Amino acid sequence: MIEYDYKKPESLEEVFGLLKEYGPRAALIAGGTDVMVNIRNTKKAPEVLISLRGLKDLRYIKKNNGYHIGALTTHRMLELSELVKTELSALYDGASCIGSVQVRNVATIGGNICNAAPSADTAGPLLVLDARVVLEGPEGRRSVPIYEFFTGTYKTVRKQDEVLVEFQIPAEMEHFGSAYWKYSRRKAMNLPILGVSVSLKLDNETISDARIGLTVAAPTPVRAYKAEEFLKERQLTDDVLKEAGKIAASPDCCSPRDSLRGEAWYRREIIEVYVARMARIAAENIKNR
Amino acid sequence: MKKVSVSFTLNGYPVTAEVPVTWSLLKTLREDFELTGAKEGCGVGECGACTVIVDGDAVNSCLYPVFEAEGKSVMTIEGIAGEDGTLHPIQTAFLENNGVQCGYCTSGMIMSAKALLDQNPDPAENDIRTNIAGNFCRCTGYVQIVEAIEMAARKME
Repeated sequence: MIEYDYKKPESLEEVFGLLKEYGPRAALIAGGTDVMVNIRNTKKAPEVLISLRGLKDLRYIKKNNGYHIGALTTHRMLELSELVKTELSALYDGASCIGSVQVRNVATIGGNICNAAPSADTAGPLLVLDARVVLEGPEGRRSVPIYEFFTGTYKTVRKQDEVLVEFQIPAEMEHFGSAYWKYSRRKAMNLPILGVSVSLKLDNETISDARIGLTVAAPTPVRAYKAEEFLKERQLTDDVLKEAGKIAASPDCCSPRDSLRGEAWYRREIIEVYVARMARIAAENIKNR
Repeated sequence: MKKVSVSFTLNGYPVTAEVPVTWSLLKTLREDFELTGAKEGCGVGECGACTVIVDGDAVNSCLYPVFEAEGKSVMTIEGIAGEDGTLHPIQTAFLENNGVQCGYCTSGMIMSAKALLDQNPDPAENDIRTNIAGNFCRCTGYVQIVEAIEMAARKME
């Protein structure tokens, strides 16, 4: 019999109080689509689950000197947001392909990122959108760039007494187009074999800036910096994009492994092809605005 | 085992459950209220047999801690027919279109369809497929199910 207590505080102060009281014996739960599954699969639970679903004011998508997304925003809210779809297209792509409608109705973006799976569908999009992760603790707030947030598989820089409260995407991103592709065998209810995100900014047909994010390509979601550097100040042509794909797929940028879903060599081939395809779609997404 | 008292609206009626704090909404519906329409298929949010509607949205009740139902409005398959037993148009459409084979997925399918049609009365086929992607029919009768939902949408206009 699995036993645990369940607390549902209504303010961050109460959450900090409970985290202090129970320390490592407590775990946070948001939508619960990872936490509840883990408890069932491992037959192990923390002594106390602290639900964040009472923090109702952490559900929002705002544009005000950059973009602000509350940690408890559900994937369904992101999927249905016109602002996300047109201006943060990669995030729309990522949020709308997670699980099913039933899962997306409860699962939160904060939970997806804190769970820190190498396959997290919102991680790649947030990487190429230059997101910062805002953490709040009893001593106040701090923000870290998302590329520093993941420290290992299922590991992050979040301290035990902190809560992820918001994602911030810089205003500059409104000039970028972006796209994410979840490469998987089915269209729904699946984890990606590989995820490729690209964002770029164009000056006529010259790529003035670019970001590439890869998921399931390393122990954490990663940026392909060398491939990004290569793209800068080059023309948006098939040859250039193909070369960027090759660099992104090289050991300089990623370290995919053999797993149940796909072998490393296969993942590298997908990266090579999909970096170019996503760059094309990202460019289209600028024009379609 | 610590028990918790949870009050919510169930199929239109105010109810209170006194159940172990670790119970899911699904377990509470089945074991405490004896509403066995929602099924436990996988228990991990993949199959959708446990789908119910909470505050207008389809959710997997197997992953929904009962604690979170406090103050919410929960609707199950048992609550969608009329008080006199008249079937809901989606139920009729499933019958008329052979949208039911073994029946195990049916309650979940109908609840996903209802949440969709309540939010979007005129869905395209693709919308229907997206909204039932989290409901597995292992008899694989998806074509009839999609047609049943299309028929229900027309009837409900």
